[in-house]
Amino acid sequence: MISAPDVVAFTREEELEDDLYREPPLPEEYSVPLFPFAGHGANPWAKVAGSKFTRDFILISEFSEQVGPQPLLTIPDDAKVSGTFDLNYFSLRIMSVDYQASFVGHPPGSAYPKLNFVEDSKVVLGDSKEGAFAYVHHLTLYDLEARGFVRPFCMAYISADEHKIMQQFQELSAEFSKASECLKTGNRKAFANELEKKLKDLDYTRTVLHNETEVQKKANDKGYYTTQAIEKANELASVEKSIIEHQDLLRQIRSYPYRKLKESEFHPYEPECALDRADPGCDQHPAPSDPAEPGETHLYTHIPSYTPKLIKAKSAKCFDKKLKTLEELCDVYFFTQTLDQLHHIERTFRGDVCYLLTEQISRALLKQQSVTNFLFEDVSFLDEKPPEKQYRGCQGLGQDAMDGKCLEESLTPKVVVSLGSYKSSVECVPIKMEQEMEDSEEPKMSESVTSEPQENLDYLDADIKGSISSGESIEVLGTEKSGSGLTKSESQASLPVIPSPQAGRSKVGSRRTVSEDSIEVLSTCPSESLIPEDFKASYPSAINEEPYVDNDDERGLRFAPRLTVGVADEQDDISKQESLVQVDAACCIGKESPNFLEPLPELGQKPCEEDGVVRIPPQPYRPAEQGLRGGFPSHDGVPGGLLPYELDSRYLLGSREVSKSSLDECSDSTSYMSSAASTCSDRTPSPAHPACQAAERHRKRAGQNALRFIRQYPFAHPAIYSLLSGRTLVVLGEDEAMVKKLVTALSIFVPNCGVYAKPVKHWVTSPLHLVDFQKWKLIGLQRTVSPAGVNVLHALSRYSRYLSILDADSKTLRCPLYKGTVVARLADHRTQIKRGSTYYMHVQSILTQLCSKAFLFTFCHHLHLPISEREPEESVVNRRMNFLKLQLGLANEDVKIVQYLAELLKLHYIQEPGQGGNPLLRFDYVPSFLYKI
Amino acid sequence: KSSVQTIGEEQIQNPYTELLVLKGHQDIVRFLVQIDDCRFASAGDDGIVFLWNAQTGEKLFELHGHTHKITAIAPFSSSDVSEEKTHLIITASADRTVIVWDCTSGRQVQKVSCFHSTVKCLTVLQRLDVWLSGGSDLCVWNRKLDLLCKTSHLTDAGISALAELPKNCVAAAVGKELIIFRLSASNNGSEGWNVLEVKRLVDHQDNILSLVSVNDLTFATGSHVGELIVWDALDWTKQASECNFWDSSVHPDVQPEIKLSQSPNETSVQHLTCDEECVFAAVGKGIYVYNLQMKRVIACQRTAHDSSVLHIEKLPNRQLISCSEDGSVRIWELREKQQLPAEPVPTGFFNMWGFGRANKQANQAAKKMQENAPMYFLELVGDLIGHSSAVQMFLYFGELGLATCSADHLIILWKDGERESSLRSLTLFQKLAQNGDLELKL
Repeated sequence: MISAPDVVAFTREEELEDDLYREPPLPEEYSVPLFPFAGHGANPWAKVAGSKFTRDFILISEFSEQVGPQPLLTIPDDAKVSGTFDLNYFSLRIMSVDYQASFVGHPPGSAYPKLNFVEDSKVVLGDSKEGAFAYVHHLTLYDLEARGFVRPFCMAYISADEHKIMQQFQELSAEFSKASECLKTGNRKAFANELEKKLKDLDYTRTVLHNETEVQKKANDKGYYTTQAIEKANELASVEKSIIEHQDLLRQIRSYPYRKLKESEFHPYEPECALDRADPGCDQHPAPSDPAEPGETHLYTHIPSYTPKLIKAKSAKCFDKKLKTLEELCDVYFFTQTLDQLHHIERTFRGDVCYLLTEQISRALLKQQSVTNFLFEDVSFLDEKPPEKQYRGCQGLGQDAMDGKCLEESLTPKVVVSLGSYKSSVECVPIKMEQEMEDSEEPKMSESVTSEPQENLDYLDADIKGSISSGESIEVLGTEKSGSGLTKSESQASLPVIPSPQAGRSKVGSRRTVSEDSIEVLSTCPSESLIPEDFKASYPSAINEEPYVDNDDERGLRFAPRLTVGVADEQDDISKQESLVQVDAACCIGKESPNFLEPLPELGQKPCEEDGVVRIPPQPYRPAEQGLRGGFPSHDGVPGGLLPYELDSRYLLGSREVSKSSLDECSDSTSYMSSAASTCSDRTPSPAHPACQAAERHRKRAGQNALRFIRQYPFAHPAIYSLLSGRTLVVLGEDEAMVKKLVTALSIFVPNCGVYAKPVKHWVTSPLHLVDFQKWKLIGLQRTVSPAGVNVLHALSRYSRYLSILDADSKTLRCPLYKGTVVARLADHRTQIKRGSTYYMHVQSILTQLCSKAFLFTFCHHLHLPISEREPEESVVNRRMNFLKLQLGLANEDVKIVQYLAELLKLHYIQEPGQGGNPLLRFDYVPSFLYKI
Repeated sequence: KSSVQTIGEEQIQNPYTELLVLKGHQDIVRFLVQIDDCRFASAGDDGIVFLWNAQTGEKLFELHGHTHKITAIAPFSSSDVSEEKTHLIITASADRTVIVWDCTSGRQVQKVSCFHSTVKCLTVLQRLDVWLSGGSDLCVWNRKLDLLCKTSHLTDAGISALAELPKNCVAAAVGKELIIFRLSASNNGSEGWNVLEVKRLVDHQDNILSLVSVNDLTFATGSHVGELIVWDALDWTKQASECNFWDSSVHPDVQPEIKLSQSPNETSVQHLTCDEECVFAAVGKGIYVYNLQMKRVIACQRTAHDSSVLHIEKLPNRQLISCSEDGSVRIWELREKQQLPAEPVPTGFFNMWGFGRANKQANQAAKKMQENAPMYFLELVGDLIGHSSAVQMFLYFGELGLATCSADHLIILWKDGERESSLRSLTLFQKLAQNGDLELKL
């Protein structure tokens, strides 16, 4: 990992070593502007002081039909987190910007209530008074007892850092969509269950009523009907109607397009679910051999034995009944899964935005280095879902592949099966696109996303107007319009890289005038469907639906055929909107903060500064440079100083991770103490990547242990040299904990031999064999006094030529001599670095340098092969050594390090995929020396 | 205190700086046999035959067919000019069967199971296009596995070694005796062969352990008590014998103070190999070089290993490789003693025996020797430590390296690290060109 948050922290530290200044300058994308107000004693994180909560959190709220907006839960579930922040108030805020505006009920001309599979809406809003900014994700759940069968919910990621929300919008949106999808899946399941129960009740009621009517008919032969009989008949009729209605609802919920569920990577919860519950009737994966009936019916068919009861035909929707809780609305399993996902989101986005950004950039850059990145990086970590979609700028090299994929995708048939008249207009669901294109389709991704907000402007306006008229000063600050989805798809096919012209348009940057109690909707990226004008007219509440899709649809993107009606009007609107924008933008230009001296005009980035808040609408398509430039906006007008903050170790370690792994012998607590004075909004240097929590902690710990090792052991250099040059280092000792600690410390210097796990074995008790040295490059070995221990030592002496032996008990090291310079920089025992993670990064940066040298060395043709056929081997060897020594500036044994790394690179490159290949053991016949303290 | 010479960790002349461990066998691996330039077969007590690629270490085939341990293995390449060269190997096992395998397809070609006893040695007579199996009797087979002829029952112990001699003769070591057989075309049939016992040589005092054909004129045998006899291959007479050449009193040029214990194991001739001039004998823990012209031992290393030397091989570059029960493989170089007549013998010469005590007598002896003949010595230039148990055999593949097999069930391929590294570079650039990664991408 190349990463630079610590560099940020160092910009004002004088104790930095001279060596560091002599190093080559940071790459362009890492150079961060100096904090402009450094002189005033302020620090870049001072802005947090404005907010009433101590760290980012996730809030789930509901718009209850009984009591209005109410907060349901926060993640982390800790009162300390939200502090004095008024959750009720904020719930009201976030629920009032729901552009999803779901509509369920009897549409005119339809006999039965219609369920609409409403897409989630995604909104960013800010509340400058509260100092809170939020990504708000609205979703609708079904509840048979609720009004219109729907319950509006929202999940909000609340942070004091506006830029974090803005810059991580894409990632937040993707992650929250997963959570929402999980909730909704569980909800559909529960809803279907509920419906089936209800149907059984109704059926039973009908039978009872029917019998009663028959009895009455028989008893009554007067030729006319009694009032009682008429009532009964009416009741029966309403029950019949109710049955039909409910059957229709059930059919609708079952016809929900389950294509998503079939893509395992889309919805990770499904297979687990099937496993976990071990419920044969609950098969979430219908057999593909059932094409006629798409299989959803399987989904809800199994219902535990249920005794129907007599019910009233018309259930009164009254306010005294208790509404279902969120947990009841969804299946318990799915609810837990959602909570897990939300916790995961919270962990992912914890920490300062600059940290997140550098993480993402680093990962993006590292991913490109497919030839060398396996050496010192955790490749599994790189392989995981990359959240760096927006860093298209970094991905220039991978363009070819992307083009290919785009083309391929665009060739897939764009078929949308329409069931209802108005459903035909809906567009493909961007959530799905995001999920599917995660990997290499950054450009397309961004385009599709940018196109979305624009479609919603019209009904958006309607909503906003409503809000404004209500007296609340809610204002949409940024939306965007663009053309049709069809055009977009074409442009993707032909010019996938160039952003469509619409994307280049300015964001709307209207300014609020006066507002005491202000809430700004900074931007929206609401539901993804397109609503043609004519339909909007009839449904002003803007129903956005997911398409009903055939089950055997392709995975590729589909764009619904667009209706051209009303496009002209839309264009009109756009132009009006734009002229407005231009005026607004002009007003703002003079106030632009110094950090935005290079706005990207083609992207229409016009940040507005007002009330000390810089507003940048989400820029999902922004290239990396911009993301970086935006990483350190000005924080003028905000008083400096930090809130007194109590370090909660639970936060530091991740609240859900309580148990310490057995490797955690050495806590990194000292580093936290020293960090308390300087770091970020959450005071937690968080991993940008969630699954790497453990890896991150491991790094920190390893870094700290390594620091201790290089300070304690004067012979650290030859030991590290052994590891870097591929000579197996055996750490011998009686105490398992101590040996493991040393192994952990040293493991950060071990180059990977392949894409698999690091060649590190923490603890071995049996005698070593040659095969072990092939497999492991760092081994912790038990020293015992038993006869078996003699064998262990005998094996060590027998294979001593392949080994360096670090005796942890007697503090000796037996290994070859090292006289190079690289390791001295890598492990300076006088280093001023105090934190484990900082040291880890220092190590990584030097190792990265080594990697690049090894790369150059490996891939220079003439260093390994003769230029002409007649050239003797010796001159090639000379050239090679000259290159290593003069060009790469390697001294003495450093040559061997680079040569070893080069061999690993070669092996990695020429290895056929899928073929494990025999592990090689390379060694030298060099004398060893014994080092003592 | 071991008197074995050690070389230390710095071995400049040792080219083997890379190794590959080939796993597959589940028991002692006893035999390695070369099939062609880059393939070899291994066999051992688990009854499985593996075919390996000597360059990559890739396992090519796993040949199952024997139920007991394998006792002999021999390559049998067809010499047919008309068709493609086919590579066969013949394996004999303690289950009293012999199987012929096709190395290209990895399939069993044919199996013979009419033996009354275990076949202990196999020899292919390429010239006659027949092969011989030696057990309690000697059988002659043709390529199609037809039994051409056989001898009567010779001994229960069976034939321990076979060597081809000129004039269609074969020498077979049976216990202490050396029997010469002659193959002759039978009078009545075109395909028929007869095998006749021509001579029985009883000069050895103990069991003959090793038998090597030096050239068209000579062959040599070694016995368990350390007798080395050089025979004339045409009339089967004893040309020379070295009955107790380990005895220092006979050879004053070697250090007199070394008193070897005379236990048979210490002196048994385990293996013989030869080049045009010399016969190299693995005797006990030591290695002896016997010059055929001078009819005497010209160089020796009395304790070359910690325990018995099991196999030795002469390399083209005056080097000698030995492997031993102690699990190590050692590389020796036969060097001529460069010495100016006026100078006294430097003690360093004797250092190689690990003693460093060169007394005056030795000096004089050395001087005396120097007058009539060049002096040689075996210098240790490298050792290979990898196996954890006895190294049974090795196979020298020239540039490709060295394959060693051991009782620890492993085969190790030792390679020249420099060469491998440049080969990998070559492959790398080939692959780069192949993938088109060399072209500039925009």
